[in-house]
Amino acid sequence: MNFQLPFMPEQASAAASEVDHLTLYLVAMSTFFTVLIAGMVIVFAIKYRRRGENSVGSNFENSALLEITWTVIPLLIALFTFGWGLKVFFRLYRPPANAVEYQVTGKQWMWKIQHPTGQREINELHVPLGQPTRLVMTSEDVIHSFYVPAFRVKADVLPGRFSSIWFTPSKAGKYHIFCAEFCGAEHSGMIGWVTVQTPEEYQAWLATVPGPKAPAASGDQLFAQYACSTCHKAESGGRGPSLQGRFGTAAALADGTLTTFDETYIRESILMPSARVAKGYEPIMPAYQGQISEEALQQLILYIKNLPGGNSATAGASPASQGTSR
Amino acid sequence: MSATAVPAPTTAPAERPNFLNATHGLKSWLLTLDHKRVGILYLLAVSCYFLLGGIFAMLVRIELLTPAGDLMLPDTYNRVFTGHGVTMVFFFLIPAIPGVLGNFLVPLMIGAKDVAFPRLNLASWYLYMTGGALMLYGVLNGGVDTGWTFYPPYSTSYTTTNVLIVGIGVFINGFSSILTGLNFMVTIHRMRCPGMTWFRLPLFIWGQYATSLIMVLGTPVIAITLVLLVLERLFHLGIFDPAKGGDPILFQHLFWFYSHPAVYIMILPSMAVISELIAAFSRKRIFGYHFVAFASIGIAVLGFVVWGHHLYVSGQSVYAGAVFSLLTMLVAIPSAVKVFNWTMTLYQGSVSLATPMLYGLGFIGLFTIGGLTGVFLGTLGFDVHVHDTYFVVAHFHYVMVGGTLMGYLGGLHFWWPKITGRMYPEFWAKLAALLVFVGFNLTFFPQFLLGYMGMPRRYHAYPPEFQVLNVLSTAGASVLALGFILPTIYLIWSLKAGKIAGNNPWAARGLEWETTSPPPTENFLVQPIVTREPYDYYEAAEEAAGRAVAPGPSH
Repeated sequence: MNFQLPFMPEQASAAASEVDHLTLYLVAMSTFFTVLIAGMVIVFAIKYRRRGENSVGSNFENSALLEITWTVIPLLIALFTFGWGLKVFFRLYRPPANAVEYQVTGKQWMWKIQHPTGQREINELHVPLGQPTRLVMTSEDVIHSFYVPAFRVKADVLPGRFSSIWFTPSKAGKYHIFCAEFCGAEHSGMIGWVTVQTPEEYQAWLATVPGPKAPAASGDQLFAQYACSTCHKAESGGRGPSLQGRFGTAAALADGTLTTFDETYIRESILMPSARVAKGYEPIMPAYQGQISEEALQQLILYIKNLPGGNSATAGASPASQGTSR
Repeated sequence: MSATAVPAPTTAPAERPNFLNATHGLKSWLLTLDHKRVGILYLLAVSCYFLLGGIFAMLVRIELLTPAGDLMLPDTYNRVFTGHGVTMVFFFLIPAIPGVLGNFLVPLMIGAKDVAFPRLNLASWYLYMTGGALMLYGVLNGGVDTGWTFYPPYSTSYTTTNVLIVGIGVFINGFSSILTGLNFMVTIHRMRCPGMTWFRLPLFIWGQYATSLIMVLGTPVIAITLVLLVLERLFHLGIFDPAKGGDPILFQHLFWFYSHPAVYIMILPSMAVISELIAAFSRKRIFGYHFVAFASIGIAVLGFVVWGHHLYVSGQSVYAGAVFSLLTMLVAIPSAVKVFNWTMTLYQGSVSLATPMLYGLGFIGLFTIGGLTGVFLGTLGFDVHVHDTYFVVAHFHYVMVGGTLMGYLGGLHFWWPKITGRMYPEFWAKLAALLVFVGFNLTFFPQFLLGYMGMPRRYHAYPPEFQVLNVLSTAGASVLALGFILPTIYLIWSLKAGKIAGNNPWAARGLEWETTSPPPTENFLVQPIVTREPYDYYEAAEEAAGRAVAPGPSH
């Protein structure tokens, strides 16, 4: 059901009306209680106004029944509210398996975005109507937060790890992108536009942008350029673990613990390989900290994710992969 | 003692010995060990910080009149809103009620001569002033632009502003909070006069006790966090900045582990004041005394396990978010219990709408909205959209200004005759209360709508569709400012020209009303012995009328 009330931003994603339903329930529930309390205060203040200089109140001052009533009813309402909020929350952070991934990099004070087909934009994001879209985001400097009010989604964008949001645009148009986490002088200038187009318009738009290679293809090049392939190919003699089909699986570490082979782990393993060494391997890999840009990292990660046998579809399927995915 | 108003004495209070005229000279104030004088030192200091924070707030509101950032540079604006937050949170809201009303009233209400550690009490004030001086130097001399939340890595590796000096100021100020909390706890445990059992304590004392618990247990965590922040900024230790191997989310956990309970440091004392106001101006025992008392403790304890609701969209795991959301819902319950009990106290009461009661009733309304919108924000699916928007700003101002400040002003008016011996002018005070209520709602209600429309907080410039609501908000802030200027004028005026108050102008039943106004330095000329509890209006009136009453609820 779609509805538009004053003070509600446009509902431009499939999830927006779900959030707005929750909002309407919250508003109705709290209006009821506010009117109840304010009404009682006003009625009592008038009805029991002081009649004489020396008059005092009654000795009606305890009631177990009332105390139980106004403890249990609010508790039940609170638990119901919690459950509804949780349902919407999981919906907002659990991308479907077929979500198309875009790379987002925040920096003071702009959003750099790369399409899966390689096109780049700054402070603009073009997306086709009806396509489940996942943004995989990181920051080059401080914490930012990617926020599209019309989609009712937001996630902080952190340096050193990946977070993500997803949405299915449901209405063509232009919508604000805001940075929602204070990030310095031009925080309020770190804004942009999402443009939702019909799939045909989107294809036409893509064709007008001179696109470099798709990020995964650039990743292939980088994989060779940084000589990753000398150790990390199945045929390279076992100096490093093979990366084929590893994404989203559990990875055993030298210290005996397990971690998930996800974007954040890959990123850390490139920049600071000794932090979490894979079980059964020597810590011989050189650190690439400071030698590789965030965008190149994203391209490499995308390439590794999609290595044959890779199972990138499961990447976002667990709600725990929101945000930190540590 | 009956519930009739004591006739005002004809002699001016200055002629009787009291804590104000016992000794003279600046030194007698700056080296005082009298808890009442320390309370007045706090009153002067928090008023100055409130003025400063208010000026910052007005600058913010004026800048936001127009969508373009045309009054200040972005850098200036960021320093101004940070100055507003740091000043108001750490140097007004946290110390205001415990420092001023708590210091003045805790010993009086329990029949003690002073707090347990008078020297420590004075030391608390000096720590507060030292921290405040460093903060002032930092904020006014170059400023700091991180927001009062000091999030790294921006605060440790990027900003060039005075994070260090302001951070150290807040750190030192924390010790003032810890010592005050410690002092109150020991005082309440050890210094109660004969007959003052735990369940004969005024609810104000229960509220101060719950607050002290949080001050003592929570404040050390912000102290450690600030030390780590300073170490990272000064010596480049990689604690929070991921570029140095740190974890920025760790800071957010540590920061909110204190700063969420700190919200209860601000609101619990105000709730404590409200309980006194509602009882005194309904001339009725507070409804469900035990429930109200234990709700304070419940809020203090639960307040420690909800910090993660500040991190729903920060990168904390989704499951952690779920747990914190559930716990957040639970903390709403004791708050609701309090509101219902206050409201039921009015039922069959003898309700007077004197100024302090106007603040008390205003508190109930505004805190209801503040509390319920807290439930909105605790609801995961809703928070994602409005997190870090003006919805959050509106919510916490409803709690902080609508709650804490209303309680503070109500309490100040209620106990003003006890503190100074003089009455404030009722007409002007009612007018000011009305201005505060109207101005407050006009300032902050539009911000709920702005937030839902998507306007992020801490924005120096904003898209034009948000302007109308911002103009309303700024207009409201002007009315609110008027509502604060008025009391400043008439309260000062009343010191010389106010009507002589008498010992008990409200015919209230608390122990503090049994001594003279202003009280003598030793509080009570004879050792008080308590044989009843503080809200026995009904029993006292029956006795005065010569009717036998069944003894009040056994305690």
